[in-house]
Amino acid sequence: MIRKEEIEHIGWLARIELSDAEKELFEKQLSSILDYFAVLDELDTEDVEPTYHVIGIKDVVREDEPKEALSQSEVLRNAPKKEKGYFKSPRML
Amino acid sequence: MKLDNLTAIDVVEGIKSGNISCEELVCEIYERIERSKLNCFITLNKANALEKAIEVDRRKNEEDYRRKKLLGVPIAIKDSISTRGLQTTCASKILEGYIPPYDAAVIEALKCEGAIIIGKTNMDEFCMGTTTETSFYGPTRNPHDLSRVPGGSSGGSAAAISACETVLALGSDTGGSIRCPASFCGVVGLKPTYGFVSRYGLIAYANSLEQIGPMASNVTDTALLLEVISAKDERDSMEVKIKNNAAMNYCASSLKWDEDANIDIDIDIDKEVKGMKIGVPKEFIEGVSPAVKKSVWNAVHKFEDSGAIVEEISMRGLNLKYALASYYIIAISEASSNLARFDGLRYGLRLGKDENWHTTFSKIRGEGFGEEVKRRIILGTYALSAGYYGKYYLKALKVRTLIKNEFEDAFKKQDMLAMPTMPFVAFELGERIKDPLSLYLADVNTVPINLAGVPSISIPCGFSNGLPIGLQLVGKHFEENEILKAGFVFETLSG
Repeated sequence: MIRKEEIEHIGWLARIELSDAEKELFEKQLSSILDYFAVLDELDTEDVEPTYHVIGIKDVVREDEPKEALSQSEVLRNAPKKEKGYFKSPRML
Repeated sequence: MKLDNLTAIDVVEGIKSGNISCEELVCEIYERIERSKLNCFITLNKANALEKAIEVDRRKNEEDYRRKKLLGVPIAIKDSISTRGLQTTCASKILEGYIPPYDAAVIEALKCEGAIIIGKTNMDEFCMGTTTETSFYGPTRNPHDLSRVPGGSSGGSAAAISACETVLALGSDTGGSIRCPASFCGVVGLKPTYGFVSRYGLIAYANSLEQIGPMASNVTDTALLLEVISAKDERDSMEVKIKNNAAMNYCASSLKWDEDANIDIDIDIDKEVKGMKIGVPKEFIEGVSPAVKKSVWNAVHKFEDSGAIVEEISMRGLNLKYALASYYIIAISEASSNLARFDGLRYGLRLGKDENWHTTFSKIRGEGFGEEVKRRIILGTYALSAGYYGKYYLKALKVRTLIKNEFEDAFKKQDMLAMPTMPFVAFELGERIKDPLSLYLADVNTVPINLAGVPSISIPCGFSNGLPIGLQLVGKHFEENEILKAGFVFETLSG
């Protein structure tokens, strides 16, 4: 079971504002989905290693060589709010 | 010009021999799209595509043009793949108007080989769905029956091929998103081995599961497209590691090009199919609809009649309900982290008046994401939150190990596995969308493949009441070529 207050809290953690209707809908739906996920409790995985990546390789890094990057105007082109060559963010507080 | 049954190989040969005008072909495709009721595309690339087509017609006799593997071939691109200068939305309101400043690696490869990008195809928002109904831009319809879904999430790509609104298409597949719509729309779609095709420029949903893959009307075109998009790319660390490993054989297909750049298919049907060991895991076939079961067995018997060794096997440890739960937990957990970047600061939706930092972003994300995306981010955030990590995410990763082992065991005895792609044919629009869990269950035969990271192809194998059925062939890691050859054999045997 997952309660409406919990959904509201998780919505805040995920930075998604939910309407009252969404909270009610998710309360029902998420509980049944989480119940479904609980089938995994039937399996004993005490001695099983987790698989993060199926082909089991570690990350590789390329040579650290300078390359041409996007220009400032290209980077800012999609920004909804910008000022003096910067992205304009909302105030912190 | 007749668009029906026009293959990519026909187009390349036709343009080179002067029998096909690329400009005419592209014009005809846009006429078809503009008359269409299917809603396959979110954004069209018309002016640019026509310009490129004219250039192909003008320069087709130049040496480097003659060598282009996809010279003048129209291709539709799923809207989860970044295209420089062409709107890319992932079918979400939050990315409406976003114009990527760079091309995905696969797009660079396509342009280099002379393909013509027709437009960006409709999909489930951020690839989250099985029907293409979660798109902000409205659902795509199934060309075989307009009242039905095309499958998803790459529904626009599959429907566009089926309706001849393109010749080729790219999809992306996290848990079946290429194979499901291929099955529902009666086209071919392949999910490569994890790490086979560069993900650079693919908008991430669940990194440890997803791959970009080819979609086409037939197996040979699928092989041709896979050849092109599997070009080496150092910007995907998984991919480069594999391809730097000289011992690893990663030949994409049996296609060869002669000195005059004409294509040659190097497959001896009789030799290929004789002794081919095909396992049919009963766990993947016992729960499907009777029509699908019959059609898939008929397909398997065609291989058997031609000399393949077919065996019904059991992957006992692979209870599909565990695979589904493990898949969804991993996918939503990765999604909740990946989709944190969409906040309207650098691109995408921004609401008029800013409030403080957290409230501004919460409102943008509440407004910009659709219901299914919110549901999965909330679930994923919950699964990763303090106290639940071990119960959900870590547990799912351990179960994934069991599933992977199950496939490895099966492949000790079998060359490939055959099974239905989907448990049923395409259903009605609106039929399942209100019940998310019932939709998740529809992915039961496709998600285990992504968990194991093996390659898999869906090929049309019959109809039920006029609706296509898909046969899924699953191969060993990096044996794309084997399942492509088997698919080619099946197409040939089916006439």
